[in-house]
Amino acid sequence: MSAAPLLSIKGLTLRYGGLAAIEDFDLSVTEGALDALIGPNGAGKTSLFNLISGLTRQDEGEICLGGARIDRLSPSQRARRGLARTFQNLRLFAEMTAIENVLVGMHLHVGGSLIEILTRLGRFRKAERAAVEAARELLAFVGLSPSEYAPAGSLSYGDQRRLEIARALAAKPKLLLLDEPAAGMNPAETAALRLLLEKLRAQNISMLLVEHDMSLVMRLCDTITVLNFGRKIAEGPPDAVRADPAVMEAYLGVRGAAHVRGDSA
Amino acid sequence: MPAALDDFLWTYQSLIASLGVNGLLALSMYVVLAIGQLSLGQAAFMGVGAYASALLSLHTGLPFPLELAAAMLIPAAFALAIGAPTLRLSGVYLALATIGLGELLRIFLIQSDFTGGALGLSGIPAKAGFTLIYGCLAAATLALMLITRSRIGRAMEAIREDETAAAVSGVDLPRYKMTALVVSAMLAGLAGALNAHASSFIGPNDYGFDAAVTILSYALLGGVGSPFGSLAGALVLTLLPEILRPLQDFRLVVNGAIIVVAVLYMPHGLIPWRPLRIGARP
Repeated sequence: MSAAPLLSIKGLTLRYGGLAAIEDFDLSVTEGALDALIGPNGAGKTSLFNLISGLTRQDEGEICLGGARIDRLSPSQRARRGLARTFQNLRLFAEMTAIENVLVGMHLHVGGSLIEILTRLGRFRKAERAAVEAARELLAFVGLSPSEYAPAGSLSYGDQRRLEIARALAAKPKLLLLDEPAAGMNPAETAALRLLLEKLRAQNISMLLVEHDMSLVMRLCDTITVLNFGRKIAEGPPDAVRADPAVMEAYLGVRGAAHVRGDSA
Repeated sequence: MPAALDDFLWTYQSLIASLGVNGLLALSMYVVLAIGQLSLGQAAFMGVGAYASALLSLHTGLPFPLELAAAMLIPAAFALAIGAPTLRLSGVYLALATIGLGELLRIFLIQSDFTGGALGLSGIPAKAGFTLIYGCLAAATLALMLITRSRIGRAMEAIREDETAAAVSGVDLPRYKMTALVVSAMLAGLAGALNAHASSFIGPNDYGFDAAVTILSYALLGGVGSPFGSLAGALVLTLLPEILRPLQDFRLVVNGAIIVVAVLYMPHGLIPWRPLRIGARP
């Protein structure tokens, strides 16, 4: 390993009463990687995303982004350090237009002081126009140009997912966390999503995704980390993880895993 | 000035002053509701501003603009003290704490001889004319309109729609919430000072829970999509009791019924328009 990882998590633990949602968890994501986090329902994947993005605070352990600790920062401070995310259960600003949703995502990058806002002088107009231009480009990039001025809540499910990705990209993140981006998508939408993720990877945006669509994960991702009952049970390239007995057991149960092994042997 | 207009202004001077003052109160309520927070302390902030400026007028020779500044800064300090512990928590804590502030203020004002006790303060010089009241209202409306049509207004609306999504997009929630509460306290304090210097009399019971709910209803009836919604709510709710005066004892019943119907059938308020912000429409 040459460069320090972009995201590095060590000994992360989150407990709810006596139950550990995440226990002694380590993870690192290198710059430019497209990694996945998989695991059965309730394994703690979304809890982990909430810890990384600062919506919940860990009980133990540390999270570093770009070499600096971020685990005591507020969500907005983490966004400022280059972290963006989407949500499993879409969280768009439903009454605002698609383009405004993206503009909120750009919040950290749109200039204009209060004085400039109140006088409409200086950078204000220029900054707002530049922001709208950039937002248009992002919407075009995710394929939502026709819906620029539609209220976000009126878009189809697949479009809402893509809009959320556009909003997250608007923050120009170093690391993008995608929580089940393909959930509820039809095959055509999933194919479009795969192309989108490939385009993002080509732009060298580092991504960590939680996903249940195994064909998408296996085809696309560099490293897969498998989580079960809050613990890491496997980690590695797709082929190694697919063949891992612990992973089979987690998904299929002990007997199911034996059955699959018997079939393939 | 034509005699007829002069007569009109003279006859309705207290109503005209109230319209302006209530407009400012509605804007102060708008600032908090626009980011999805519920404060029931607008009446208390108003009372603090009213008493602070009235006491300064009665006991010192301070220039009036400085008194108005004090009437904004002292409520702002109260807002900081209340906001610091409550704005971190989500839910009803801010509403509860601000109700508490209102009650504390009322009891303090009744008990304290310095503030005139239950009799209140009278003989406050009438320094706030229509020009000043409506000048302040126009300035506040313009400032809020410009802010809602900027990245700040966009962030405020985002907080109102989904706090969590706004936070991970980089919107500094604690800062926005505190600023909104402080600005709303300053607007309410200004309204209180103008009212005290227009009506010449203030009493401890003018700033209780009833007044807080009335101010809240301006914004709820008018809508919080833009500052104009709250202003329209204040206009209607200030004029309605006067227009319904011929109904005599039934006017409060009809007044209440109109509010209930409006809230039920116009969930976005009388003025549901979204701000003309860049990106809000083609």
